[in-house]
Amino acid sequence: MFELYLSLFIKAVFVENMALAFFLGMCTFLAVSKKVQSAIGLGVAVVVVLTITVPVNNLILNYLLKGGALTWTGIEGAENIDLTFLGLLSYIGVIAAIVQILEMVLDKFVPALYNALGVYLPLITVNCAIMGASLFMVQRDYAFGESVIYGAGAGIGWALAITALAGIRERLKYSDVPAGLQGLGITFLTVGLMSLGFMSFSGVQL
Amino acid sequence: MGIRQFLDKIEPSFHKGGKYERYYALYEAVDTIFYSPASVTRTTAHVRDGIDLKRIMITVWLCTFPAMFFGMYNAGLQANVAIAQGYGAIEGWRETLVMALAGSHDPNSIWANFALGAACFLPIYLVTFVIGGFWEVLFAIKRGHEVNEGFFVTSVLFALILPPTIPLWQVALGITFGVVIGKEVFGGTGKNFLNPALTGRAFLYFAYPAQISGDAVWVAADGYTGATALSTAQQGGMDQLHQQMSWSDAFFGFIPGSVGETSTLMILIGLAVLLFTRVASWRIVLGVFVGMVATSYLFNWAGSATNPMFAMPWYWHFVVGGFAFGMVFMATDPVSASMTNTGKFIFGALIGLMTILIRVANPAFPEGIMLAILFSNLFAPLIDHFVIQANIKRRQKRLAQPPVTEETA
Repeated sequence: MFELYLSLFIKAVFVENMALAFFLGMCTFLAVSKKVQSAIGLGVAVVVVLTITVPVNNLILNYLLKGGALTWTGIEGAENIDLTFLGLLSYIGVIAAIVQILEMVLDKFVPALYNALGVYLPLITVNCAIMGASLFMVQRDYAFGESVIYGAGAGIGWALAITALAGIRERLKYSDVPAGLQGLGITFLTVGLMSLGFMSFSGVQL
Repeated sequence: MGIRQFLDKIEPSFHKGGKYERYYALYEAVDTIFYSPASVTRTTAHVRDGIDLKRIMITVWLCTFPAMFFGMYNAGLQANVAIAQGYGAIEGWRETLVMALAGSHDPNSIWANFALGAACFLPIYLVTFVIGGFWEVLFAIKRGHEVNEGFFVTSVLFALILPPTIPLWQVALGITFGVVIGKEVFGGTGKNFLNPALTGRAFLYFAYPAQISGDAVWVAADGYTGATALSTAQQGGMDQLHQQMSWSDAFFGFIPGSVGETSTLMILIGLAVLLFTRVASWRIVLGVFVGMVATSYLFNWAGSATNPMFAMPWYWHFVVGGFAFGMVFMATDPVSASMTNTGKFIFGALIGLMTILIRVANPAFPEGIMLAILFSNLFAPLIDHFVIQANIKRRQKRLAQPPVTEETA
């Protein structure tokens, strides 16, 4: 059991890195990676949101939406009800609610980080990495325990990638990029090269 | 007329307003190859040292020579042994050249071996140098920076980590990617964050895996398949590896592989010079070595019934594949490594760990050091960041403590 979880975790962090293997969550990935400090802040926020939303969506899927999932209510004919067509709607609702709560918590307790993240915190709601993790969970049919590990792993992988990118970009401040490539252009190239580095994990078997 | 006089004579036409103003970078490069520049630092805020970037790079370049010359000999030897067993030589201009130079494929003749190896390696090196140099000079002229000797190192390293049979157009493509995307778009030497030679090789590796990996590319004989030590160990386990080669074969370099990577001994000679002249950081080298040893012990201890690579001991990991070459020449690249002293240990250890991890746990890639170094390059700036933050914190703490004398007063 432990080995299964460990290999799932490593797979989620490195092999199937949300940012560098699937290129999910790119808008925030590119926009908030100028400074290591704020990148870590956003990374932690994404880890928290993912670790909560993926398991919650797992519960919603298994006890409300799946075909026959409502049998536990005892309603007559419940085993014939299949609500999976509500999936996308429910997942995004859960994500939006949790991001909203996180925003309020940060505003109250860590205002510095709240200000640093600015508009990108609410944007986590539509961060593809978050939605992507939930949808991968559905597609791969994870059990509840697996979904917790997968959510945390996917979040940590994304946080690791954005922190590394921020570190590189802080260093690239001293580089001499051609005028046409400055800003996002060179960042795209950087991310591509990072992805090349992460290719080392593609095919790892644990 | 001496070179100095000639250079002085043509110098004005390369200055601002001169006839060849835009080619100043070329003039500067030629001038500084022959003479050290007359301009020196005069103010106090500089470290004065006889060594500069140019000499550092030339030192590294020279240090690859033992591995390079032995590699050429060995590439020829491997091919000639195969040809003596009845495989055909690869036809073409190369064969004509070898026949003209050596006249035979006798594996016992040092000259025949060397000629064949040189006929494989030198064209690769030449293409690397000419094409890579073209981009380097083009960017230098267009963007107004100096042509840098870093390119000497990039080109020789890139050529040395390719298999002897690689098509030359792929060599041209690889070095183009390495120099342009890996280095020049960031502004040239010192401003990139990945090792350009490795970037180019990784590009080739993922773009054209058939010509740069597998069993058929390492020996320049037609139809001959000679697996590298690592893929033998991966497929057949340590027993089969022992049958195929002894540890000393691998240490001295009489095994198939990329041109420069086979002989650990020759690479260590280069390392000795690099460490003696303090061009390479001993911290990085030590970090890589310790990381490699620790990780292989970990895998030895963990054990596996299905994966024979788990059982490979560290002294084999050390001599097979490109580990020694990567540790000595690639990981120590001062531009893409960590800058802080503590960071260098961590950076090195990360490379060692990743190398063994990829070799053992990733059946898709038998060799790990290349990707391990690229991966660690990504985290080098971050490692530095945290080391510096920790230093700042420690000093602030020290400052915050009231001096002892005040307490007693």
